[in-house]
Amino acid sequence: MASLLDQIGAVTSLNLRSIPQRGAMSVASVVAVALTIAVLLFFLALANGLRSTVEGSGSEDVAIAIREGSNAELNSVVTRDQLAILATGPNVAQRDGVPVVSGELLVIVDGVKRSSGTNANMPFRGIGPEGLALRRSVNITQGRMFSPGTNEIVVGAGLLREFSGFEFGQTIRIRGGEWQVVGVFEAPGMVFESELWADIAVTQSLFNRPNVYQTMRIQLTSPAAVQAYRTWAEGDTRLNGLEILSERDYYARQASQSTQGFMAIAWILGIMMAIGALAGALNTMYSSVAARASEIATLRIIGFSGWAAFFGTMVEALALSALGGVLGVIIAFVAFNGRTTSTLGSGFTQLVFKFDLSPSIIATAIVVAIIIGLFGGLLPGIRAARQRPQLELASG
Amino acid sequence: MTDLIRLSDVEKSYVRGKEKIVIFDKLTMRIEAGDFVAIMGPSGSGKTTLLNLLGGTDRPDKGAIEFDDKHIEKLSEGQLTAWRSVNVGFIFQFYNLMPILTAAQNVELPLLLTKLSPKKRRENVATALQIVGLEDRAKHRPREMSGGQQQRVAIARAIVSDPKLLLCDEPTGDLDRTTADEILSTLQTLNRELGKTIIMVTHDAEAAKFAKRVLHLDKGRFDERELAA
Repeated sequence: MASLLDQIGAVTSLNLRSIPQRGAMSVASVVAVALTIAVLLFFLALANGLRSTVEGSGSEDVAIAIREGSNAELNSVVTRDQLAILATGPNVAQRDGVPVVSGELLVIVDGVKRSSGTNANMPFRGIGPEGLALRRSVNITQGRMFSPGTNEIVVGAGLLREFSGFEFGQTIRIRGGEWQVVGVFEAPGMVFESELWADIAVTQSLFNRPNVYQTMRIQLTSPAAVQAYRTWAEGDTRLNGLEILSERDYYARQASQSTQGFMAIAWILGIMMAIGALAGALNTMYSSVAARASEIATLRIIGFSGWAAFFGTMVEALALSALGGVLGVIIAFVAFNGRTTSTLGSGFTQLVFKFDLSPSIIATAIVVAIIIGLFGGLLPGIRAARQRPQLELASG
Repeated sequence: MTDLIRLSDVEKSYVRGKEKIVIFDKLTMRIEAGDFVAIMGPSGSGKTTLLNLLGGTDRPDKGAIEFDDKHIEKLSEGQLTAWRSVNVGFIFQFYNLMPILTAAQNVELPLLLTKLSPKKRRENVATALQIVGLEDRAKHRPREMSGGQQQRVAIARAIVSDPKLLLCDEPTGDLDRTTADEILSTLQTLNRELGKTIIMVTHDAEAAKFAKRVLHLDKGRFDERELAA
């Protein structure tokens, strides 16, 4: 006898080549899987893009001081006295004899989304004179940095793409005060690109938050210096109630909080749709087995084994699902990969980021498609394998 | 002549709902190698069940079925499948060809179960198609052929692995008289010239005339005088 593999190959070839005879049903099954995969990828790419942006925003050698228990900058308070003490810590980088630190205040302002015309919250950050220096990935691409002590702002390029009214050169009114947009900056793949920046003192004044700071960013001499800095801060009772962590760790924590919801939606919706697609795949494969009942019985009578009938059916189901999976990936690539979008970040402000279809996400989606195929082919495959090789069945 | 097939006290019944339907009760018969037997009988008489038992596609509840002195009722499902692929060729009423395969590919199917090389398989397929007079239709698909031609392809498929036994289930039931006679002549030739043992179930008395002997089956029993002949 020839090997079982030869039999499986022959039956599989027969099944696959006869798919066009069951065209409509097969296409419906492929489309169902494709849509499932596209929707799953939509949310996974959304979560991944959001996470990449938030995680990628932090530097390892920048320490951030934030009120203990604060989930986000908006909930935090750092006093002016604490600011002064933090600037004297160990391994703080100096520029022209001045510590590279920035006390910052984040407030929420209204913006109008270009896509929907609706209002949305946007982050307006007051930064100190060294605020730009300790964000080395940020580049002013149009105009210039704001001048300290003036009502000037610079706008993140991502924010500019998604929201209207902040174009370079415009004068805008925020909370009763007038601001001049004097520059546009880019910070690719970072949350800062979704922000408006202005001088901290002017921000405090015009937003009626005198002497209020929410965070302090401290440029240290190396990533390894963060631990020593934290130990020093923990030993100073005047800094009690503050948490020191690297900016990278801070944003990693933010990323986790920001993406949990999307990941949950992705998998809940994905699983629900996968169940629907699985029902479609089962229907298709049961129909396929029924349509080929006479063929299967004939092959079994000739001498083909039940395993060949089983694997032939399984491979057909897997092929249809894999095709649906690939189609879903193509749809995802064409429809949204790399496209910019915005969503509410952890600080209740809009965060601009790009859909990011990473190889691992694509692999996950293909695995989901294959699982749909496996389950979609299993029971029909068993039915095919158990079909008795009898003449009355072969005669239809 | 030696017996190719011996059935001894074969019992077979089916359960339909709560009812037990007895098909055969201690059926005994033998068929010699090289015989060409036509089995006739009304619907429900057990003709197809008998073919299933003889072809190893079903098992008796009791009794023995010997083929070439080998008890096939004792074979496992896998062994029976393998036995079938070597010893029995099947010819169906509706040909049962794979519509997407060419005539040659259809004929090749049983050879995929052997260890023959692709070259040897092609040679055997060509020979089988030549025997049924269809060597020029090798690359045609079933839908491109007449019913008679399709049944010839089915016959080629049945003989390509050179089985000793051909089981035919109403082989001319879907054909006009002229075509049916051509098919039956082909079967007669296979019996006479290649020594194939043929058992053919038919409702058609004209078809039965092509056989060497005719057995009538009714309610699971053969006419004893015909069996003894």
